[in-house]
Amino acid sequence: MNKNLANIIASKYFSFFVTVILFVALYGIGIAMYNGFMKPQVFFNLFVDNAALLIVTVGITFCLLIGGIDLSVGAVLALVCMVLAWLLTNTGIPVFLAVLIVLIMGTVFGAVQGYIITKFDLQPFIITLAGMFFCRGLTAVISQETITITNPTFVALADTRIPVGSGFISVGVVIALLTILVAAIVLGFTKFGRTIYAIGGNESSAALMGLPVFRTKVCVYTISGFCSSLGGIAYALMMLTGYNLHGLGMEMDAIASSVIGGTLLTGGVGFIPGALFGVLIQGVILTFINFQGTLSAWWTKIVIGGLLCVFIIMQAFITEQKSKLTAKSSMDEANSGKSDS
Amino acid sequence: MAQALLEMRNIDKVFPGVKALSNVDFTLHAGEIHSLMGENGAGKSTLVKVLTGVYPRDGGTVRLNGEEINPRTPKEAQECGISTVYQEVNLCTNLTVAENIFIGREPKKYGLIDWKEINRRSKELLKKLSVDIDVTKSLDHYPVAIQQMVAIARAVDVDAKILILDEPTSSLDEGETARLFKIVRQLQQRGMGIIFISHFLEQIYEICDHITILRNGELVGAYEVAKLPRLELIAKMVGKDLNDVKDMDKMAEKSVPHEEVFIEADHVASFGQIADVALQLHRGEVMGFAGLLGSGRTETAEMMFGLKPVTGGSMKIKGKEAGLRHPMDAMKAKIAFCPEDRKLAGIIGDLTVRENIILALQALDGMFRHIPYDKQVELADKFIDRLKIKVSDREQLIKNLSGGNQQKVIIARWLAANPELLILDEPTRGIDVGTKTEIQKMAVELAKSQGMAVVFISSEMDEMVRTCSKLIVMRDRKKVAELTGNDISSEGVMRAIAGGDN
Repeated sequence: MNKNLANIIASKYFSFFVTVILFVALYGIGIAMYNGFMKPQVFFNLFVDNAALLIVTVGITFCLLIGGIDLSVGAVLALVCMVLAWLLTNTGIPVFLAVLIVLIMGTVFGAVQGYIITKFDLQPFIITLAGMFFCRGLTAVISQETITITNPTFVALADTRIPVGSGFISVGVVIALLTILVAAIVLGFTKFGRTIYAIGGNESSAALMGLPVFRTKVCVYTISGFCSSLGGIAYALMMLTGYNLHGLGMEMDAIASSVIGGTLLTGGVGFIPGALFGVLIQGVILTFINFQGTLSAWWTKIVIGGLLCVFIIMQAFITEQKSKLTAKSSMDEANSGKSDS
Repeated sequence: MAQALLEMRNIDKVFPGVKALSNVDFTLHAGEIHSLMGENGAGKSTLVKVLTGVYPRDGGTVRLNGEEINPRTPKEAQECGISTVYQEVNLCTNLTVAENIFIGREPKKYGLIDWKEINRRSKELLKKLSVDIDVTKSLDHYPVAIQQMVAIARAVDVDAKILILDEPTSSLDEGETARLFKIVRQLQQRGMGIIFISHFLEQIYEICDHITILRNGELVGAYEVAKLPRLELIAKMVGKDLNDVKDMDKMAEKSVPHEEVFIEADHVASFGQIADVALQLHRGEVMGFAGLLGSGRTETAEMMFGLKPVTGGSMKIKGKEAGLRHPMDAMKAKIAFCPEDRKLAGIIGDLTVRENIILALQALDGMFRHIPYDKQVELADKFIDRLKIKVSDREQLIKNLSGGNQQKVIIARWLAANPELLILDEPTRGIDVGTKTEIQKMAVELAKSQGMAVVFISSEMDEMVRTCSKLIVMRDRKKVAELTGNDISSEGVMRAIAGGDN
């Protein structure tokens, strides 16, 4: 194979490029097929409709990067919506206080999960599965019926349209974009962020290199909890309700988005802009189905299922390319050593 | 003599049920290369891990420049100026080369990590170690030897006063080792104290000033290298009389090959792996593959076991075309193969010694045929006894055995299948001197008494010279020489590798 091509495939951004190209291609096909795709607002709606998913995906990407997982995010999101709706309906506290309370609640919940997982060296899968059941149950205990949010301040916030060009975005989108920006900087340019990658690459090596493994792992689950509750607020802004079945299966959508964006489930590889495009691709497919008009929305799941499969296979292929390159460079090394002597 | 850089006094360390270190003293001076020696399980690694804060110590004091220190984590040890390069490269292969050198102490600009600076400084650092590579690529682009250099670059860039090298050369070839030694000497001149742990006696004598010997967790003594002959060193390590060791070093007579050829290769090649190898292996012959790391030794062995396809030339077993496509074909042809990396490809850690021994036999018999328990016990006991495998009982988990004993179990596994050709790829790597000799003797003994054909591969030349009746010397994936009888000598091999065609 062409050497440059091999190098590109082994590059850590290869999956990201594939995702971006796929997104652009899908969008291009959309424009070619339906005139509606040309409208800027269609593009902005990808963000507006998926603000909550974007935020949750950021949190779950942190977990996946250390080789962990967080299945509780969808349930935490539902709990946050419910508590927020309940607080705004049944107490007179101001909106910002209610928001603060639910943020702290989700964050503490994440921290507790992280502490248990790290302290007792348990499987994150099981602990966060337990957390998922716990939150889902608690949500139903608060109310089995939908609670509608009627608080005028909150409703006004939900209806705020921030104009961008000829279209608009919502407050949720602003929160999502800020989250993405902060997360990208933290992961790329801080000690904490790089320690996350190191732990995902090889946890025992990270410990032997003197990195704070314990603290970092707890922090990662705390961040995931925080992102879930922030996502919950964005979700509440969109739905204006608290309901037991909000965000059902959202953890799986978030994991799928992250993986399509180039995150490895084994940890250590992946980055935030990839996760963003992972979410957008899901959004585009849904838009297609809307424009088409007769297909069921569940077709999105079928396409996403297929895509996931393709991406996982692609990742395996990349890993193989890399080991080939390593073998090749040792060979080059040996040959150059010979010419020296 | 000036004040010692590091003084460890009366160190004790107890693991549940075992006293790993008992009253051990260790002294290191600045600008000294000090070797820590002992058989496997003597307590070398434990002492290092106590020093680097991986294990807490149960007694004793550690003084660095006269001040008592008490590192509880590797990070605290690093902050005291104690850096370690572990045997298995302990870096993160998903990160870039530069990041591996600087992670945990990244230079910053405006509160954020300054990647430019990191890349620039890494490049410089590695250049000093005469490694010129693209530091922005992730570490898994590079072979283990380079990774080792990166680990060393990381260790020396931390303002280290003490550098611990734990088996740094076990995955390096001679050229790379020489390069490493040059660097170690540079560091020595800068006044760093270096603790060098290795199984290679040659290297210890080449580079070290002092040796501290441990045995069974106790201190045997500290000596100047120049005043300690090798045999005496080995005697002290194994705790035997000098005369016994002399006997050990003198291999019993080599085996004499029979007339009958077992396997014959005629200019075989395997695409991208082996270019051209011709050989004839007789029954009752111990044949060695000599050559540098990456010369095709292991690949040739793997080809004989059906792990690598034959893409050119022909390979015959007992005069018939071999046609090995799969290890099972080779096993059916009564070929056995003990791979190079026993941890990765040999042992199954969570099975017992007995279960590990019957594995090959079970595979040959077919997955669903039961080997009666009594027979399993009989086989296991027979080999534990015959190979002198040190186990508490045959139901012990293999992962709890020492490296040498694990190796013996793997050999037992194959012997249980009654092979006619036994391939041993680096059977003596990383195990203690006593067991090494036992394994060499066993290889010769099998050829002699059972007429087994044996292939013996080792990086240690003297081992091969002592053991083999025929040596195939390889270079650049080709056979370059074949030595038999009196021609077998370290010098002959080296000349062949160096390319002295004339």
